[in-house]
Amino acid sequence: MIRVDEKGFYGKFGGAYIPEMLHPNIEELKDNYEQIIATEEFQDQFRSLLKDYVGRPTPLYFASRLSEKYAAKIYLKREDLCHTGAHKVNNTIGQIILAKKLGKKRIIAETGAGQHGVATATVCALMGMDCTVYMGELDIQRQRPNVERMKILGATVVPATSGSKTLKDATNEAMRQWINNPVDTHYIIGSVVGPHPYPEMVARFQSVISEEIKSQLLEKEGRENPDLVIACVGGGSNAAGAFYHYYNTPEVRLIAAEAAGLGVSSGKSAATTALGTMGILHGSKTLLMQTDDGQVVEPHSISAGLDYPGIGPVHAHLFDSGRGEFVAVEDEDAMKAGIELSRLEGIIPAIESAHAFHALNMISFKKDDVIVINLSGRGDKDLDTYIKWGGY
Amino acid sequence: MNRIHTLFNKKKDRVLSIYFTAGFPRLEDTLSIMEAIESAGADIIEIGVPYSDPIADGPTIQDSNQIALENGMSLKKLFSQLEGFRDKVQLPVVLMGYLNPIIQYGMEDFCAKCESLGIDGLILPDLPMQQYLDEFKGIFEKHGLSNTFLISPQTSESRIREIDQHSDGFIYMVSSHSITGAKSGISEEQIAYFQRVKEMKLKNPRLIGFGISDADSFQTASEYSNGAIIGSAFIKILKESKNLKTDIKKYIQSVIQ
Repeated sequence: MIRVDEKGFYGKFGGAYIPEMLHPNIEELKDNYEQIIATEEFQDQFRSLLKDYVGRPTPLYFASRLSEKYAAKIYLKREDLCHTGAHKVNNTIGQIILAKKLGKKRIIAETGAGQHGVATATVCALMGMDCTVYMGELDIQRQRPNVERMKILGATVVPATSGSKTLKDATNEAMRQWINNPVDTHYIIGSVVGPHPYPEMVARFQSVISEEIKSQLLEKEGRENPDLVIACVGGGSNAAGAFYHYYNTPEVRLIAAEAAGLGVSSGKSAATTALGTMGILHGSKTLLMQTDDGQVVEPHSISAGLDYPGIGPVHAHLFDSGRGEFVAVEDEDAMKAGIELSRLEGIIPAIESAHAFHALNMISFKKDDVIVINLSGRGDKDLDTYIKWGGY
Repeated sequence: MNRIHTLFNKKKDRVLSIYFTAGFPRLEDTLSIMEAIESAGADIIEIGVPYSDPIADGPTIQDSNQIALENGMSLKKLFSQLEGFRDKVQLPVVLMGYLNPIIQYGMEDFCAKCESLGIDGLILPDLPMQQYLDEFKGIFEKHGLSNTFLISPQTSESRIREIDQHSDGFIYMVSSHSITGAKSGISEEQIAYFQRVKEMKLKNPRLIGFGISDADSFQTASEYSNGAIIGSAFIKILKESKNLKTDIKKYIQSVIQ
């Protein structure tokens, strides 16, 4: 059974390893979030914004040319068509309504690729809340368009200048700023990471993805369950959303594509389940890339959104229990898969999502298996990287 | 009874604890810094185990952690430097560190090593009380190590009581809503919090840390507690120092006057 227990653990992974200064905040969330999101008022507002503002349900698109190439029935869950360009907004809508109900005045967030930062800045504009986004200095350089978008939306973008200057460091900085402003501020974590209850809360907001897949697939194929669901995993929020309603349906294979960077053994990788061991990062016990001395290793991936040395505790549990199948996709292969999708289907995916498409070359499946790939984001933000890589 | 209990049995106020990051400014400075802190007249030595992701620390201590790691510091290295330190240093010694490096070392082995070296207590800021009670309390006690919890202005009275019940040694009062080194000076709001906790008449002594940097803030903190912890301000002295021994002595004496 894949589910979180009352202490916030998925099997051996999870928990809330946080400084005492954040204890009241985490307790406040833990004690209130389930009750708040269960109310009709919350659900009405959440569902109505997802429908009219985000554009849900997102299509489940039968990709015929891709299907032909791989001899399977491949459907794409079009999260790239969400307002702001990725699945991240599902979670930020949920959390901003929650923050309002908790009486918070200010929002902080971390971001890697900038998609979560944009999604947070967007809902803050929508709700008239002050917004500060922490982003690694390196990511600010490689995801420039998203930085500009956040600024246009009225957010303040603060560079994280420590460590690898990427997502991990942005998360450290956001946590520090939450410690500094614990009373009036809500921290919108963008992935299924962090102390309990964040991983489960974020997964619940993202679970709309698999909820829709079930009903859409029923309509198209006469069955709720595909044979496989494939999603990319950094922290793992889009994967958690795409897997959520299938966790406990063992006949559905759950495939998670991690970023191998320049290769799992190259020393320049972000393939956490391949390289990681049990550790504690950002408040939860999970698989973590680290040295023998327990120092966190700097990850590498061509995609800023997967450039993270840990993984959400639910995914660590999926890996550890054997429920999930994990593949590690190298930069080069992800880029090729991104171009392939562009040329076969006329869809330029985010480089993060492109990792999921290369998984088709790494796993075995039967002819005519029904495969759902979660197309978590669009590639607009990655044009520079595509152009540089392919010389277009 | 370890050296922390002995200290607080005979000294009830103006207890000064000095924090430094092991491996900073240079890899091999650990023991000479400890000796200098002792001879300058401080009461407790708090040694920080450097970590790549110190989420409760501000820029000054983050920086010292990063430099210490670049210098090659690790828990194993620190333990080897501390072999035999009790021949030279008598003060209570507390290790402060984030959980991950310690878990990789192994909590049982870590605590056994601390005991054999003569370390008296631990401050693990990302170890929540419940996890401590569930997993580690027995190990700490077996090895005679005091565990220090943090409290902050947000900590509820009932939780402070609970922390007091499970603490052994002293309670670390974080002076404000902040990471280390973030704020300076002490506001009226902070004084109200110090006073509120003072009136709770806890069984454990309290030391106030975060934002304590000089004689004035040390004096104010001491009026409402048993003393204070200085970290970031001391790291700044180490960073700029040309002569560690002299500068440490001068700084600590300026604080305790």
